[in-house]
Amino acid sequence: MDSLYLLIPLSVLVAAGGGLLFWWASRSGQFDDLEGPGHRILHDDDKPPSADKDGDAID
Amino acid sequence: MQQDNQSEFCFHCGEPVAEADRLPPRYPVTYGQLQRTTCCTGCQAVAQTILQSGLASYYEQREKPADRAAPLPDELLAQLRLYDSPELQASFVKLEPGDRREAALILEGISCAACIWLNERHLLSLPGVLEASVNYTTHRARVCWDNSRVQLSQILLAVADIGYRAHPYDPGRQEALRQKERKGAIARLWIAGLSMMQVMMYAVPVYLAEPGEIGPTWLNLMQWASLLLTLPVVLYACQAFHQGAWRDLKRGRLGMDAPVVLGVWAAFIASCWATVTRQGEVYFDSVSMFVFLLLGGRFLEGMARRKAGEAAESLIKLLPAFAHRLAGWPAGRDVEAVPVARLAVGDVLLVKPGERYPADAQVLEGEGEADEALLTGEARAVPKQPGAMVIGGAVNGGTPLVVRVERIGQETQLAGIVRLLDRALAEKPQLALLADRVAGWFVAALLLVAAAGWFWWHVHDPLHALPITVAVLVISCPCALSLATPAALTAATGRLAQAGLLVTRGHALETLASATDVVFDKTGTLTHGRPTLQAVKLLVADPSASNESALRALAALLEAASEHPIAHALREGIDTTGLVASDYTNYPGGGVEASMGGQRYRLGRADFVATFCSAPLPEEAQDWRHKDTVVWLASTTQWLAGFAMGDAIRPEAAALLAQCEGLTTHVLSGDALGPTQAVAQTLGIAQLKAAALPADKLAYVQALQAQGRRVIMVGDGVNDAPVLAAANVSVAVGGGAEAAQAAGDLVLVGKLTALGEGLRVARQTRRIIRQNLAWALGYNLVALPFALAGMVTPWLASLGMAGSSLLVVCNALRLAAKGKAGGQ
Repeated sequence: MDSLYLLIPLSVLVAAGGGLLFWWASRSGQFDDLEGPGHRILHDDDKPPSADKDGDAID
Repeated sequence: MQQDNQSEFCFHCGEPVAEADRLPPRYPVTYGQLQRTTCCTGCQAVAQTILQSGLASYYEQREKPADRAAPLPDELLAQLRLYDSPELQASFVKLEPGDRREAALILEGISCAACIWLNERHLLSLPGVLEASVNYTTHRARVCWDNSRVQLSQILLAVADIGYRAHPYDPGRQEALRQKERKGAIARLWIAGLSMMQVMMYAVPVYLAEPGEIGPTWLNLMQWASLLLTLPVVLYACQAFHQGAWRDLKRGRLGMDAPVVLGVWAAFIASCWATVTRQGEVYFDSVSMFVFLLLGGRFLEGMARRKAGEAAESLIKLLPAFAHRLAGWPAGRDVEAVPVARLAVGDVLLVKPGERYPADAQVLEGEGEADEALLTGEARAVPKQPGAMVIGGAVNGGTPLVVRVERIGQETQLAGIVRLLDRALAEKPQLALLADRVAGWFVAALLLVAAAGWFWWHVHDPLHALPITVAVLVISCPCALSLATPAALTAATGRLAQAGLLVTRGHALETLASATDVVFDKTGTLTHGRPTLQAVKLLVADPSASNESALRALAALLEAASEHPIAHALREGIDTTGLVASDYTNYPGGGVEASMGGQRYRLGRADFVATFCSAPLPEEAQDWRHKDTVVWLASTTQWLAGFAMGDAIRPEAAALLAQCEGLTTHVLSGDALGPTQAVAQTLGIAQLKAAALPADKLAYVQALQAQGRRVIMVGDGVNDAPVLAAANVSVAVGGGAEAAQAAGDLVLVGKLTALGEGLRVARQTRRIIRQNLAWALGYNLVALPFALAGMVTPWLASLGMAGSSLLVVCNALRLAAKGKAGGQ
């Protein structure tokens, strides 16, 4: 039972951490486009385009 | 797929390909080892660019064909280069360390997820582009690039290469504010939700356990944890309620927010007290759940409203980013490019053909036409002479005009329309206002009762006075009451948006439900508002049916490549297989000329054809259908036929009229009595008024209203603006005219029958709102005596409150659910 002395405050901290995470996520625009990423993943290439571009950069 | 190389439809845009361009293909592209036909050089170039960039899977993934790709005129290409000057970039490009630049672009032509993919991939394949992401919802792209390796104009050009248009975009201050508000609302909702879940974790064991089973130490520890987690809910998530309550209080009213704030704080402080003194019950779980449910309802409501108002944002892009100023006019003619934001009243500008006017201005020099369709709904080009006013955002026609700026910024008509829209969106629905008023009284009464209860218990049983008072406040908190109306309206709005009817003003649904009369405008509402072939006059010696069909096919062939509405009307339903014409010449404003079977033909306006045909226009044809638009077909020696274009009734109009059962129907038209009567008879509309000026229409509707009728006005938002404004509720038939949004309480973007659906949903919504309000009030009235008698434990209070709210929300969701079933 004594572990509750640690676990209850810990659960408060975890919840607070989650809250901060959501706050940060909404501030940084994670929820700006709720539809796009779902479609985008379906169109993903096998070869990431950034690899091509790095090649260009070396040229 | 085998026959794709001879397909009748363009591989890229899906429009029919003219016979002449198909056999053999004039604009071929190779895809999947097969040759495909496209309809024009524009589509061919775009398809080739896409295929050569290795983005061919766009054609597999897309859900809709692309827009027809017109090649960029040289004028616009030259303009794109102007975007590279740092001075012009100042307003919309963010400078970052090094040569890194960032800009927001509005993309035109996006229709499905594959378009987004295509644009992102294509932009990222440009050397020097560092990041490119397109927002699916707003169609805006954010692009970061290295200015030493690529210029903004090249980026814009790359977008044009694959058939889309990109405009740099300067997010206004208001826009940024709205965005910030939305982000804040999401963060508050999340935090309240998270806190609710966690606090419930501490509360449930207490509810489930027998009294005394959990030791007082643990109980207190969990209470303290709950207190800490509820603190951000009360201080941060409740901000909107605090502001609302304070605003109401300053005006001397008790709004919906006041009881919320009071209930939250009373329960919170009482719970804090109980935690500190270690006696009494805590209500932290009720507080956080209450706030979360309320915030959720508000968030959904706001989202639905924003969706309806997206048109306001699309208006912003109507203004170009820069203008050509003639600094030394009239002496000098040197043109300099200036950002539109820096224009001043009195500046003299040159507006080139095809450009948009950057501000409201007066024409000083040149005669031309302006296409104001997007602003006024008027489909025809409006002639402009020196002295005439042009509207910022309208498109200049075929000739360059010199204009003097008269109004800029917030004073322009365009800004006025945007303001109207904003106002409409901010307006609170009448029903919600009623609920607010009722709740205000209800709350005042509740507070009195709670105070009286506290007093009575204080005298008789001081120990239980506070817990009982708090239980009274919690169990009868007006959560369900405040959710009842918005939840139903949100569900109904969403369902109607799917059907193609946008609700732009709060009172619209309510008034729609109680209307007694519906008045239709004829042109553009009950009819198409665009020409269809009405009659053919044969001028050949043998007016037989076979001759007629041959001449109609010839006319359709001549117009095969044209995008003009009249060309569409002529082509409709005509099979030109086996006919080949060559040497097309297009005379804008006149008509077309082409060869077939060794003979030259012209099709177009009478005066245009007359300069070509050696014979004069036959006597009998002089006055034929002079009220309609008539195009004539002639060879070099003979007049062959005339085609009269008129306006036909929309096919779904009859179905709509059937749905308007129970309402008196009227039709108003600026047209002559004959055609109006014909339409009214066909559709079975008894009441009609023809040849009505806007003022007559207004008087007609006002006369109806004077008899105590509640009138729905359905119009296309052009000349109907005054009567739309006067009607009890107005429906603007959109058809792409964004300005119509400002005039209409509802905007019809789908089929006419969506209005019938709207009527049904509006009545259903009214019924559900009444049920909700009755339930919420009834529940409160029943629960109150029990709470006052001290018979309600904390868990029962929370359960009652939550259950009551859930019931109200689920009842409202029936509106949305039925929409899905109906749509299938």
